[in-house]
Amino acid sequence: MSTPPSGIRKFFDIVASVKDVISLGVGEPDYDTPWRVSEACIYSLERGETHYTSNYGTIELREAVAEYLQQREGLIYNPKNQILITVGVSEGLDLALRAILNPGDEVIVPEPSYVSYKPCISFAGGVPVPVPSYMDAEFAVDPNAIAEAVSDKTKAILLSYPTNPTGAVASRETLQQIVNIACKHDLYLISDEIYDRLTYEGKHTCVPTLDGAYERTILLNGFSKAYAMTGWRVGYACGHPEIIEAMMKVHQYTMMCASTMAQVAAREAIKHCWDESEEMIEDYSRRRRIIVKGLNEAGLKCLNPKGAFYVFPSISDTGLSSEEFSERLLFEEKVAAVPGNAFGDSGEGHIRCCYATSIDKLEEAVERIARFVRKI
Amino acid sequence: MEKQILAILSKDARTSPEKIAVMLDKTEQEVIEAIDKLEQRGVIRGYRTIIDWEKAGREQVNALIDVRVSPSRGVGFDDVARRIYKFGEVKSVYLVSGEYDLRVVVEGKTMHEVAFFVAEKLATLEGVLSTRTSFLLKTYKEDGVVYGEKEVDDRLPVS
Repeated sequence: MSTPPSGIRKFFDIVASVKDVISLGVGEPDYDTPWRVSEACIYSLERGETHYTSNYGTIELREAVAEYLQQREGLIYNPKNQILITVGVSEGLDLALRAILNPGDEVIVPEPSYVSYKPCISFAGGVPVPVPSYMDAEFAVDPNAIAEAVSDKTKAILLSYPTNPTGAVASRETLQQIVNIACKHDLYLISDEIYDRLTYEGKHTCVPTLDGAYERTILLNGFSKAYAMTGWRVGYACGHPEIIEAMMKVHQYTMMCASTMAQVAAREAIKHCWDESEEMIEDYSRRRRIIVKGLNEAGLKCLNPKGAFYVFPSISDTGLSSEEFSERLLFEEKVAAVPGNAFGDSGEGHIRCCYATSIDKLEEAVERIARFVRKI
Repeated sequence: MEKQILAILSKDARTSPEKIAVMLDKTEQEVIEAIDKLEQRGVIRGYRTIIDWEKAGREQVNALIDVRVSPSRGVGFDDVARRIYKFGEVKSVYLVSGEYDLRVVVEGKTMHEVAFFVAEKLATLEGVLSTRTSFLLKTYKEDGVVYGEKEVDDRLPVS
């Protein structure tokens, strides 16, 4: 009961009360799911595939995930006992935390980061230990700060690169240093890599591929961002058979299995939609440059993020707080952008803008933001 | 960079070099030069507007005409194809596999005009054995663009 409602949710209620808003507040692709994916699902319904699946998910989808991870990352996971199909990464995260945490265990979370992390840790009986990261370091967390945050109660480090809301990626070296800390103190790593495909510069580093990481990492991923499938709610968790089994137990008693039709769709996507996915990603990257240039010209200092589809410009020069800025921008110029403090205290002084929106709208939004900034 | 430029222009030919430069993190000059080269090499064949002529109120009839021909020695189908594509009424000509050899798209003002063109001009060409004409009744999708559908953004404004 003491957990506050999501800052995103709170802002959503305000945005919903204003008409004709250009929203940079969304957290999902503007593409529709590739039709062949939807069609595969429809066909499965026609064939009557509407029953429960294995608690782990269909073996066909698990095999497809295993094959995908082997091809892309060189990772070997046994589809029989090392992969669990979840209801989005959201459920995977909850399961992972519930599986590994005992009451009072601490989880280190770099911030700013996705709004669910801290509440989910608390729900699982754990204690979130946020470690801030800053714009000067392009929002990549400092491994030394992580090392300092380790206590004898620390159980896990929760990573998410590329990051929502900053678009930050962490270098392979940085991540290896964090893995080394985890090895030294025998900690779990939970790596939410839902934005992995949306890496624009350099290659994405998949955490379990790092030295010493495989055994202790729970890899979380899904289909929402890479294949424009947010509403389908399918994800997967990979890791050591013992952890996956523990997660499966919670999943078994609370969820049974991910939606059968969505699993069929996800398999179609991961097997056949790499090209569509690449096209979307190239398109996001182009829009990213448009919004970065526009916001900087508007007077908001904005990094060129290397991943995800968000920019996280600084608004501190305006003298307004994140919430004041977002609310006034909404009411005065009808542009919605999420206040940065929704993503942790270190997000204060920023707003999150999603650029998964048409270029015309992005340009219009940037113009309005510029007008607003001049006015303050 | 060329591949990226083509991807952008194929979606919207009116995207300015300035905007493309921002999108690809290049200078405007680099983009202009790259486009020039693509035009010179004939990779970019032209810039057109996709028009829903029915909506524009222009009376127009399109027909798909399958043509069976006897290829002539040495030049194969090319000679007959050339005789066909020279006509201004002909919008496209394809060599296809299957029962017929050439697929021709013909545009005219009235059905009568198109039928007349086929009977008088196409069918009588040397080497043409037979034709089969299908009049186009409705366009649902053309070059990747779905007609009559407006995009609606039904995502939650904040998530």
